[in-house]
Amino acid sequence: MIRIEPRQSSSRLMTLGIPVLSAFVALALAALPLAFAGANVTTAYQEMFKGVFGSTFAFTEMLTRATPLIFTGLAAALAFRAKLWNIGAEGQLYLGAMAAVAIGAGAIDAPSFVLIPLIVLFGCAAGAVGMAVPTVLKSRFGADEVVTTLLLNFVILIFLQMMLEGPLKDPMGLGWPQSPPILDQGMLPPLMDRMRVHSGLIIALVCAGVAQFMLARSVWGFKLRAVGENAAAAKHAGIRVNRSLMSVAIVSGALAGMAGVSEVAGLKGYLTADLSPGFGYTGIVVAMLAGLSPVGVVMSAVFIASVFVGADSMSRAMGVSSYLADLVVSMSLLCVLIGGFFARYRIALVKTPKGEQA
Amino acid sequence: MNGLTKRFGSVVANNAVDLTLHRGEVLALLGENGAGKTTLMNMLFGHYMPDEGTVDVADDAGALHPLMLGHPQAALAAGIGMVHQHFTLAENLNALDNIVLGSEPLRMLKRDRVGARAKIARIMEHTGLQAQLDVPVGKMSVGERQRVEILKALYRDVRILVLDEPTAVLTPQEADTLFDSIVAMTREGLSVIFISHKLREVLAFSHRIAVLRHGEKVGEIATDEADERVIARMMVGADTPETPRSELPPGAPVLQLKNLSVAGRSKRDSLEDVTLTVHQHEILGIAGVSGNGQSALAGVISGLNQPTGGTLTVDETAIANPTPRKMIHAGVGRIPEDRHHDGIVGAMSVAENMVIERLDEPGVQANGLLKRDAIRANADRLAADYDVRGPGVTARARLLSGGNIQKLILARVFEQNPKLILANQPTRGLDMGAAAEVARRLLEARTRGAGIVLISEDLDEVLSLADRIMVIHDGALIEANSRDREHIGLMMAGELT
Repeated sequence: MIRIEPRQSSSRLMTLGIPVLSAFVALALAALPLAFAGANVTTAYQEMFKGVFGSTFAFTEMLTRATPLIFTGLAAALAFRAKLWNIGAEGQLYLGAMAAVAIGAGAIDAPSFVLIPLIVLFGCAAGAVGMAVPTVLKSRFGADEVVTTLLLNFVILIFLQMMLEGPLKDPMGLGWPQSPPILDQGMLPPLMDRMRVHSGLIIALVCAGVAQFMLARSVWGFKLRAVGENAAAAKHAGIRVNRSLMSVAIVSGALAGMAGVSEVAGLKGYLTADLSPGFGYTGIVVAMLAGLSPVGVVMSAVFIASVFVGADSMSRAMGVSSYLADLVVSMSLLCVLIGGFFARYRIALVKTPKGEQA
Repeated sequence: MNGLTKRFGSVVANNAVDLTLHRGEVLALLGENGAGKTTLMNMLFGHYMPDEGTVDVADDAGALHPLMLGHPQAALAAGIGMVHQHFTLAENLNALDNIVLGSEPLRMLKRDRVGARAKIARIMEHTGLQAQLDVPVGKMSVGERQRVEILKALYRDVRILVLDEPTAVLTPQEADTLFDSIVAMTREGLSVIFISHKLREVLAFSHRIAVLRHGEKVGEIATDEADERVIARMMVGADTPETPRSELPPGAPVLQLKNLSVAGRSKRDSLEDVTLTVHQHEILGIAGVSGNGQSALAGVISGLNQPTGGTLTVDETAIANPTPRKMIHAGVGRIPEDRHHDGIVGAMSVAENMVIERLDEPGVQANGLLKRDAIRANADRLAADYDVRGPGVTARARLLSGGNIQKLILARVFEQNPKLILANQPTRGLDMGAAAEVARRLLEARTRGAGIVLISEDLDEVLSLADRIMVIHDGALIEANSRDREHIGLMMAGELT
């Protein structure tokens, strides 16, 4: 007979080791469909590795891809720590991007040191509003934020399309549904010559560091953790739960909005309706892989960006589909979830004594 | 039961326990919390697989057969029935369905309800256990639910009945009736093991008493030869210190409720027109059967519930819309009923839980940042003063035992020198040592000048601690003019006003 028993304690090695192990297991499992597609597995993985670490360009491309994932990962991680299920980072990202082009594409002409902070401020504010609304609905009327934030993504996406066909449409854009470009002095400066990696990455890393510090060391972080771990006890202890939730909603939404700002003002320059290939949703995976730790978010964002960029490059070299990247990412999430189960429980074999009858 | 041993990891829950139960006997199983009583019974019933040891059960003829362990079905087939502390009834089904549930084969097309009803009627007649068979269990009182649970076990023709703390939710009168029925059943040859904390009922109704301590059987005694002191010494391994109490004249009022009402979702969490006053140097005991408005009363005093009428005054200051925050600032210390659910954040450290109620204070934070050294030093000091034992103050609070969690909460509350203390079921589930510590701290606060509201379902606790007693029934509070347990019991049942 097999029995599942809770473990007495989870070791530190386990909490750190399981995400790493899960990542490797997922990569190993991805060898099956690779082989099935007729590719040489070793070569494929070599190509994948080269696609990330093979050149400075490859490496910076990976970092460029990781930047929005750090923002959306942080947005999910902080909200989830308070058990506020923000599934709407995708929509908040677009709100941030829209605010960025509304401010930065000619509405205000100012030098960089004024314009860039303004763009960031408005982008973050727009994202924050995007998360504040469902949080008010939750605390006032008990509306489930999983549903409201998820559905708002589609509302915002349709709103975006309307704006790109209307007020935000570029008159010089030859009829394409895209916004006018952000002024040169409004763009986040690049980090290296001829590379796409930009200073949004620095902002992302600073955000992660600050989030880690605030979570562990500040009264705000204390309250957030208390509300997330046991809202009833937090309330009993005099912590204003709704206020705490609202503050984390604003920070989470602002981080997601910042992802949009960083993409549009750091990378693309103008806004289209396909700015994000689901960064908002991938951010949830990033946060889960990171065990909701802000510093962990940086590492898991780098891992997931590597898988995506590496798989792109592998698919070009080998002629297999780059959807393999999605497969690896989703399998690593599954592995982490299963691994998390084994960190908390163990399987015990129970011998049934023979020869005893009732 | 021979040499039963059960380990959970490195913890030995039961160590080589031998236990014999005779036909027609009532055996009381006593022990502090965590002594291993429930684990032992769960092994008997097949929920747990023992690591060592065997169980033999007699058949109708009296011959002993080994019982296959780890299989509830085998235990059922051998005639062992168990009534758990927490009821396992389906609330939407009526009593008859609940009783029959599980003992009729699923593939039977037509159900023999007439036969079942007749059989239950026979059992009810024999034992005096009465229940309304056609009423959904959800609409029944706890006492009636308990009877349904027992009928359910008896319906399966059990010869050994295990009752885990059967009287925890009953009035003294209901408990007495239950035990009368049990005595009647044993005359028919039923054997009963019951687990209890209440020495009084153990002495009144059992034939034999077995005491467990730290997973081992430390004593067995015929009830005729036992008294409370002997049993208490066996349970804790030493005499329990009597809590000294001095006569103190009550001082100024610290809490006044005037015509206070709370409209809850159901009768059990509502209050109706409650008026009470608690003075300094005074413990007001609130006795009552669980679910009569205690949680609404505690909710208002802790700031979790909003009154719908009346006034609440703490220390001469009226508090309009109470919140936990306002109550804490007004000098109210709260010991919640469910200490795991409302008292601590289990995933956070012991040290963090000790300061969770005073995050605004300069001793804990500066400019929004936590003073980690100060929090740590505070925790080290409180853990020493209040004897909070566990893996350390930086460990998660949920790793502490129930008694130590309560000590953590006591430390947090008493350290603020509250003017008013709300203690809601402060010793529920605690062992005698921890319970004595709670009583000592409450009396100490009383001497210092605090007013205390003690809500408890344990009448003995109220009688021993309270200066004044009120009884709560159906959301209304009545002053008890007598300290007679019979009298208060009738008030708890709502039969005296």
